[in-house]
Parts: sequence; C-alpha cells; structure tokens
Amino acid sequence: MNFDFSDDQKLLRDQARKFLTDKCDRTVVRSVLEDSQKNHSDDLWKEISTMGWTGTAIPEEYGGLGLGMLELCVIAEELGRSLAPTPFSSSIYLFAEFIKLYGTEDQKKKYLPEIASGEAIGSFALSEGNGTPKPHNLNSTFSDGKLNGEKAPVNDGEVSDFIIVAANTDANKNNKSLSLFIVDAKQDGVTSESLETIDPTRPSSRIILKNAEAELLGNSGDGWEIIQKIFERAAVLFAFEQVGGAQVALDEAKKYSLERYAFGKQIGAFQALKHKMADMYVKIELAKSNAYYGAWALSSDSNELPVAAAGARVSAIDAYHFASKENIQIHGGVGFTWEYDCHLFYRRAKQLALNIGSVRQWKENLISNLEKRNIM
Amino acid sequence: MDFNDNTKEAEFRTKVRKFLDENAQRRGEVIKTPTTAGAPESVSGEKAANDALMKAKEWQKKKAEAGLAAIIWPKEFGGYGGSPIEQVIYQQEEHNYFVHSGYFEIGIGMLGPTMMVWGKDEDKKKYLPKMLTGEEIWCQLFSEPAAGSDLAGIKMKAEKDGSDWILNGQKVWTSGAHLSDYGMIVARSDPNAVKHKGLTYFFLDMKTPGIEVKPIKQISGTAHFNEVFFNDVRIPDSQRLGEEGEGWKVALTTLMNERLAVGDPPGLDFDQIFDLTKEVEIEDGPAIKNSEVRQKIADWYVQSRGLQYTKYRSITALSKGQTPGPELSISKLVTASKMQDVSSYALDLLDMHGYVIDDKNPAMNNLFQNGLFFSTALRIAGGTDEVLRNIIAERVLGLPQDERMDKKVPFKDLPTGRG
Repeated sequence: MNFDFSDDQKLLRDQARKFLTDKCDRTVVRSVLEDSQKNHSDDLWKEISTMGWTGTAIPEEYGGLGLGMLELCVIAEELGRSLAPTPFSSSIYLFAEFIKLYGTEDQKKKYLPEIASGEAIGSFALSEGNGTPKPHNLNSTFSDGKLNGEKAPVNDGEVSDFIIVAANTDANKNNKSLSLFIVDAKQDGVTSESLETIDPTRPSSRIILKNAEAELLGNSGDGWEIIQKIFERAAVLFAFEQVGGAQVALDEAKKYSLERYAFGKQIGAFQALKHKMADMYVKIELAKSNAYYGAWALSSDSNELPVAAAGARVSAIDAYHFASKENIQIHGGVGFTWEYDCHLFYRRAKQLALNIGSVRQWKENLISNLEKRNIM
Repeated sequence: MDFNDNTKEAEFRTKVRKFLDENAQRRGEVIKTPTTAGAPESVSGEKAANDALMKAKEWQKKKAEAGLAAIIWPKEFGGYGGSPIEQVIYQQEEHNYFVHSGYFEIGIGMLGPTMMVWGKDEDKKKYLPKMLTGEEIWCQLFSEPAAGSDLAGIKMKAEKDGSDWILNGQKVWTSGAHLSDYGMIVARSDPNAVKHKGLTYFFLDMKTPGIEVKPIKQISGTAHFNEVFFNDVRIPDSQRLGEEGEGWKVALTTLMNERLAVGDPPGLDFDQIFDLTKEVEIEDGPAIKNSEVRQKIADWYVQSRGLQYTKYRSITALSKGQTPGPELSISKLVTASKMQDVSSYALDLLDMHGYVIDDKNPAMNNLFQNGLFFSTALRIAGGTDEVLRNIIAERVLGLPQDERMDKKVPFKDLPTGRG
C-alpha cells in the first residue's frame, strides 16, 4: 500500500500552484465575476492550454500528454484552490472523457486533438429545468437525424464549440430510450442564452436546439448508463477541486482570525472560533482522504469506482459547504460584502455541489451501489 | 498511489491469515458483536471476567509464540520488527476473527515503548518480554480527580526518602488497574517548581503495600476504569524513568504513542447500522428502502471510510520516515460522536422496542444499546472532544494558545477551586 501521490505528481502540484498563483489571482476571478459580457478568462485558458494541462489525460496519439487520471486529480485540486474561471471541467472532465471512453475511432481523431490543445471547448447538456433529470422527464428528442429541445443550465455552453446532448430517441421514454449526441454549437440550429446563476465565475446558458445536426455518441439507448459512468469519473475530479477550494477557505479564515483583534486579542485565540476551524479541518481531511480513495479507484479502473466516487463527492460537498459558510462567519460583517473574497468560495461551493447532481442523488447512488456490492 | 498490497505486504498478509485460520474462528461477513468481545468493558460478573482474562492471556501467548504479539516492536524484545503498514495489515486481518483482547494494548502500545526509550537495559530485559506475552498486565496511572484534560495539574505527591520515594495521593480513570501487575505513574516531586517542571515518572509493582484499587461502576453498569489510592507507597529510586523533574517529557513519550496505539474502537460503525437497516421493519417496510434512512446512513459511510483512508495516509507518511502528527487526533473526535449518533439512530429504527436490552432475540446482540453508553465514555477518555479540537486548532492549524494562568507560577500557588 502506498496511499499518496508520487514525487513526480507532487512536483506537478507545486508547479501548478506556482503557475496559478501567478496567472490566476483574484483580479482574474473577479474580471469574470464583474463583467457580464465575459464568460471565462480567455488569457488564463490560453496559458493553461499552452502548459498542456488540457491534454493531461488524453492519449498522445490524440494530441494529449498521455499522463494518467492521478495527474488530472492533482491539477483539479489546484484549479479548485485558485477558483480558476475557465471551462476546464466541462471540456476535460466531461466532454473529453465522453469521447475518450465512448467515441468511435473517427470521433476521437476528430475531437480529441482540438480539445487537448485547448483550441476547442466542449461541454455537456443534460438538465432541462427544476428537479432531478431522468430520461422520462427530458423532452429533448432526436428523430430523422435532427435534435430538438431546450437544455438549461449548460455549464460553459456559451463558449463551447461542441456540446454533448442527452435526448430521447423514442416517444416511450425510459432508461433505454436515452442517447447521447455530439452537436456542433456553431451551427444555425443551436442558439445560446446566457443565464444568471449563483456563481457568475462559472457561467451557464440555455441551449436551444432547433433541427440541429447531430451525431450519435456511443450506442443508441445507452445514454443513461454512459452518463452515470462519466459522472462517476468526473465526481472524483470535482472532489479534488472542492477539497482545494475548501482548504483555501479555511486558510483565509485562519489568516483573518490572526489579523483581526477584538476584546484585546486576536479573534483566532477564542475557543469558539478555534473549535469551528478545527471542525473545518476535520471535514476537509475526511474529504481529502475520500478523494484519494476515489483517485486510486479511478486511476486503477477498480470496480470500487462507483462507491469510491460517490463517497468522494458526498464528502467533498459537505466539506466545501461547511468551510465556505464558516469562512464568512469568521470574517464577521465584512464576510458578506462584495469586496471581500469569502463569497467567491461560497458561490463556487454550491455551484460545484449541484453541477453533476446534488448531494441527495449521490447519497442515493452511494447506498444503492453498496447494496449491489453486498449482493455480489 | 496504490491501495493494494505490494509483494512483501501480500506475503505478510498470507502469513497472518494462515496463523489466524489455524488458531481462531473466523467471523461472518458483517460483525454483529463488538470487536472487543471479551474485553473488560463487555463482560460483567466475576467468573465471566476471569474467563475472559484467561482466554485473552492464552490468545496473547499464542500470538507471541508466532512472533506476532507486537508487530512494530523490535525483534530483540520479542516483537515482529515490522512496519506500521504491517501492523495495520495484522489489525485488519485479526478484525475478521473472534479473539479475546483488550488487556494488553496499553502496555504494548504505550508503556512498553516508553520503557524502550527511558528504561535501563536490565529493566527492559526483565519486564518487556512478559508484557509482550501477556503474562503481566500494565496500567497507566496518569489522570487524577483534579487533573484530566489539564493532565500536568496532577497532585500525587512523590517525596524522596534516602534512595526511595514515598507516594501519596489518588489516581483515577485507570483502565484495567484492577487486573494489572505493574503500572507507570507520573507524580509531583517539586510543588515549588512551575507546573510542568516539578513532575517525575516511575514504574511500580501494583502489589506494593499501600496501593488500593477501587473499580468505578460506569453508566453501562460494567467497570473498566478504577480509582487507585496511594497511601505511603514506598518505591526505590531505581524505578524512576527519566530525570527528577523531567517526568512531563517522559509522559509525552507515552502520550505520543497513545495516538498510534489507540486502534479502531469497538465495532459499531456504518457496517453495523447498514446491516440493521436490512433487518428491521419501519413504518413503510424494511428501513433500507426508506429514503430518509438512506440519506442519513450515507453520511456515516463517508465519515467512517474517510477516517480509515486518513489513517492509511498517515501510515504511508510514517513508512516514508515522516512523523505522524496531531492530525491523528481527528480519529477519536469523529469516531466517538459517530458512535453516539449511530447508536441513537439505530434505537430509533428499532422504535418502541429500542430501549430493551434484555431479550431473547436482541438486535445485533444489543450492540447499539451498549454503544449509546460506551460512546459517552469514548467522547471523554483519552482527550475530550473539546481538548482534541484545541489540539487541532493549536498544533495543526497554528492558532494561538489560550492565555495560560499556570505557566509562570509555582504549582502550589495556582488556584484550584473546589478540587
């Protein structure tokens, strides 16, 4: 047993941290927050792509670096720490993984090199409105070679070149009627309306499909199953982003508590605050350890992945939510101002807690996968 | 990152499994009895207690003969000379068998290592082998009525008389003192020095005249802890460990090992409540089919496994030569409250019958009713929840210590209130 990242992976982490400290300070994050016309930081995206991060886990034959999922976990943690306002997760954890695992040879050749180089951005469209998306309540349809429907929210939909869309192919909607389609977002049949969300640093939009051209991804009728598989993989990567963000929220709470004086001493010397920060630390450590287990399961193609991924996500959602809300509390009045950065973490924590399904869904996934494991 | 055994670890696991298969009975898939079945806290009645102790001694002897009684002890004292990872492998495997234990952990885990660092060679040769084989049981005489969380506030008097020391005072919360042959004790040798400076550390024979042990009946009705009274107890200076007035330093060696020694507490965890939810019917059918129940137990799963994987991260660090720090403090902090919450929720699932302990067909051998009580002790023993949060805040996060009234004043001048 060796339950840690390798020295090379740690070196990558140090480099990534240094790079992002330099290229993605809070003015970069705020430039996307405060400019409603701006849907990501293009400069940062270009820098990240030049570093090759976008191609980390894409095989060399398709233009990537051919490293593993562990390296991608390392990068995810750093992106989470820096609140990077880029479409990295949509394009890499989701779009690239869909193509890598379920694309035909032609599709891989067509999409992966551009995604790996960062020239093209991809995203994934599932939800169509309030409530939990399931095949029977999705109204997007594919027939006669055309896609029709409305998807919202599509994270990074507006900046995407390509979108993978989940749609029903049969009027009798069930788990076997859902399929996935790759859509060129620049065609006439696709329009995008930006949505106001709780986290403007990670913009989303409504995508309207009117007789859009689309090509099938994976087997027809396998859509629902494929989504579960890709979400499991993404859950581990997002967990690293969440752990990274939660850690910085704790660090900033601690820093403030040492600078701020009340009743003649540093507020960080009061047990009420010390215990709160100890609790933040505990939740973050648990989340980090669960994420490590997820990383191992992901990188070793273990059949533990469904359980490990759900555990990592549930734990990470809890840790980030707690750390980001208590960071505001420890800051007192300034904690809920626009000027201080606390809200950036609070926003991101909730955005990440919902983007690939809420904690309710993932707890349910966890228990049902544990039941299956028990039967086998 | 590799969660699987490497070749050497796999060989060790096979060896351990073979030993266990030949010498103990394997449990079912889900453990429905406390993992420390037969330990002092789970038996009541004198005969049962004696039987359990005899069985535990037999088991410990078997382990010692196979060289598996103390995995990380050096070979020269009868240990296996293994790595922390091998220790974990042994624990993981033994967990799957019915064995009697719970008497030797304090000696092997904490007091033995203290003697290895501070003891004289002849003492190590004399005491460590019998500690390891379970022939002799050791206890740790630290806490006092007025010194629990504030351990250095102990008052037990140690006065020098020629080449002897005379001990007077009282210890409390001493696990297993009523069964112990020997003990290690911290006492105040200089009340004029500041609190942490006037302490001296000794080991002693529990049969020394003047020692009186009184078991404390707990909330559960059983007695694991004791009060120990010292009335003019005379011990030779040769039983001192460390210098006079340096007892706090020696005590820290013991306490540092405590973090490693305190293994996984009795089995009452996610697996047990998960199993219960499949057996018990609630208002709308089997509990496991109820969505609120599923949401609730998922939290305990991530806590439970999060702790397990945190331990593996620490052990990996240890095996790379790094010292595990106070981050291990999170383990008991999370475990104790989890046990209390799981127990309470399990009884809710049993509904009106949940408060019954004595029954022909108890759910999970009354595990949850016992857990309701045992968890109250676990949240306090070995560092209260609050002390552990302070340790995390101060030593891990580097937040300021509380203002201390006791750092510069001679111990005898400190206010004590009613204590």
